Amino acid sequence: MAEEASVGCARPTGGPVGEEPLKSNDSPKPIKEERTMIMVGQKAPDFIAPGYKQGKFVNVKLSDYLGKWVLLCFYPGDFTFV
Amino acid sequence: MSIDSMFVHKMWDHDELAKMVQGGIPYPMLSDAGGKVGKIFGVFDEDAGVEARGRFIIDPDGVIQGFEVLTPPVGRNINETLRQVQAFQLVRQTKGAEATPSGWRPGKKTLKPGIDLVGKVWQEWKTSMAFD
Repeated sequence: MAEEASVGCARPTGGPVGEEPLKSNDSPKPIKEERTMIMVGQKAPDFIAPGYKQGKFVNVKLSDYLGKWVLLCFYPGDFTFV
Repeated sequence: MSIDSMFVHKMWDHDELAKMVQGGIPYPMLSDAGGKVGKIFGVFDEDAGVEARGRFIIDPDGVIQGFEVLTPPVGRNINETLRQVQAFQLVRQTKGAEATPSGWRPGKKTLKPGIDLVGKVWQEWKTSMAFD
């Protein structure tokens, strides 16, 4: 579920799964950033994110939790309330 | 999930949260440096560089059943979140044969959607049931 991650000196990052970043085409017009609206009743976008859980650094992939109910909570920053 | 690194999560858990919850936070505290995940969920505030208080209920099929997003100064109501999860679980168990009207919580009456219910909700559900 949450794989333990090895830790180097760099700060690890995650990101969306399965989406290639938009490549700039030859077209001169600026690429419009597509922002997909989150809709209820639709699949949650998959992602991988590094994290911390009870003494271990882990990598978490949302789709590893298929079969379970998931509460995904965002918050402005550590040391604030939730 | 926040834009803080997992290192900061560790310190927060160790220095503060473990004093509120014995053993520390039992679920993964995720790091979203740069707000990449927050962006696709529509909760990343580009100007402030942080994420709003977004909460998403995702069912076992990976489908978003509900979400709530608040600006930073106001905290969430955990009981309401749990109530919604219980309601979605009931709907899922009954394969949609039962629905949970306004004010429902476990033990309260559900509705059975169908042609016989049309125009008859007033007999089955009273406004007082919207309140605890």
